[in-house]
Amino acid sequence: MAYSVSSSLPSDSVGLVSPQVFAHPSGFSLRCGETLEGFELVYETYGRLNAARSNAILVCHALSGSHHAAGYHSEDDKRPGWWESCIGPGKPIDTDRFFVVCPNNLGGCHGSTGPTTVDPRTGEPFGPNFPVVTVEDWVDTQALLADHLGIDRFAAVVGGSLGGMQAMRWATDYPDRLHAAVLIACAARLSAQNIAFNEIARQAIISDPEFHGGNYRQLGVNPDLGLMLARMVGHVTYLSDDGMRQRFGRQLKSGDIETAQDVEFQVESYLHHQGRSFSQRFDANSYVLMTRALDYFDPAREHDDDLVKALASATCRFCVISFTTDWRFSVARSKELVDALIAAGKNVASAIIESEHGHDSFLLNVPRYFDVLRAYLGRIATEAVDAP
Amino acid sequence: MRPDLEIIAEVIKPGARVLDLGCGEGELLAYLQTSKQVNGYGLEIDPDNITTCLHNGVNVIEQDLDEGLDNFPDDSFDLVVMTETLQAVQNPDRMLDDMLRIGGECIVTFPNFGYWRCRAYLALRGRMPVSEHLPHAWYDTPNIHLCTFKDFERLCHSKGLPVIDRFVVDERHLARRLMQRFPNFFGHIAFYRLGRPNSGEA
Repeated sequence: MAYSVSSSLPSDSVGLVSPQVFAHPSGFSLRCGETLEGFELVYETYGRLNAARSNAILVCHALSGSHHAAGYHSEDDKRPGWWESCIGPGKPIDTDRFFVVCPNNLGGCHGSTGPTTVDPRTGEPFGPNFPVVTVEDWVDTQALLADHLGIDRFAAVVGGSLGGMQAMRWATDYPDRLHAAVLIACAARLSAQNIAFNEIARQAIISDPEFHGGNYRQLGVNPDLGLMLARMVGHVTYLSDDGMRQRFGRQLKSGDIETAQDVEFQVESYLHHQGRSFSQRFDANSYVLMTRALDYFDPAREHDDDLVKALASATCRFCVISFTTDWRFSVARSKELVDALIAAGKNVASAIIESEHGHDSFLLNVPRYFDVLRAYLGRIATEAVDAP
Repeated sequence: MRPDLEIIAEVIKPGARVLDLGCGEGELLAYLQTSKQVNGYGLEIDPDNITTCLHNGVNVIEQDLDEGLDNFPDDSFDLVVMTETLQAVQNPDRMLDDMLRIGGECIVTFPNFGYWRCRAYLALRGRMPVSEHLPHAWYDTPNIHLCTFKDFERLCHSKGLPVIDRFVVDERHLARRLMQRFPNFFGHIAFYRLGRPNSGEA
């Protein structure tokens, strides 16, 4: 594709996209026992669904992601979707070949039913009273979205981090509805250290005086500071020591260390910016809810803590990708997953990608990572799409 | 398919669980998957090989053999295969132990350093043999544990590992009569099929 005269958007992008809404009109039971009187999922799609409806890929987003995975919302939109590097014509998730679906998860704050939605029973936003959601609930709602789109079986379900957990759950809960699961920078359960970081983030939010027990919206305020701190802590854990040294070192943004006047390191400035922009776009109750979903995810728990048993129902192929400097979802966690999949006799391939970008690597164009994805999904296309 | 892999494929039973250590581009596993419904996995560390395996639909696992195989439980496979990799691992003897712990049987292939051309090269030129099959200079070769068939059999004997089968071929993977009589001189590559250490021996 060449640049068209009217468009200033990159030619390797899916271009202008607009979100759509799927409304599930009837009651939906959550795993926690509560019921929602219907729900809405906002989602985007890229590429075209083929006549056989065999070329769909579901992309599951991570903690702070959204349905806007690729493309631009307007001609002068500066920020493309969160996985623009990976989704598009000729990219690893090739929209010339695949039809890509990416929903915003239930409980999110980008348009799907969540804490900012008005509770029909009270006429007030759900706020802190939004029921506890789990990865399993997300997968159930995504399956309803797939029904709505007429997709019986995905060629692949792909996700990084928390998104990988959803792909894993797809494999075990809807074994007939996917050909392959791609689990990137993922784990079968969080470690104590991981839960600890999430709890620090939650406490930063909850202890912000503007949080008001989660009822900040009704009072017209927002726990900006808490959200900012939560994001700053999270962000540091998504980078690596080496990566931060290379990117920021000890460079100063302003001031003079000699006189100790108004010193701001580049890394401080960067974190402040990240934290501030996050507090503008993310809802605090959603963040608390989503981090809890991460913490509670543990499919082995229902099977005597035996991950091999937990994976038994899966029939799809698996691809497990991890990154050398990712200490939040380390290579060791991916290896556990791979070993369990082998022990369960599943078809699995794995790659460990050299990258200095820590957990964030899964969002970036690391050449070998994309080679691996491209090769794997190319194979999936021949198996599931060309000759289903 | 490469002739050496064809020879291995012949002895593998349909439906077997096979682990291929250093699976390269995954030709053996790709063949076994389609023709023998084998549930196979290959370990590999070379990025290009891994990409090729993915392209071929092979269950390739990125894992460095020298970091051990502790993640594989005892008896988790029917057969463990290693083609022309044994000479490149840190501890070939411990590798054999591990292979026979994981699988009831193993197949190992490696080049014979006692092959007459190697001997002639060393004897006449006084230098470490370099050939089409072993193209590396001594200082940058991955083949850090080259041995002769005799060396290998001695190791098997000392470990009490029964040699179930042995098959010797030349560079073109052909078996000729002379090399069956004097394998350690005329044989270029050997396939060894080994079983677990004989139990009950004092």
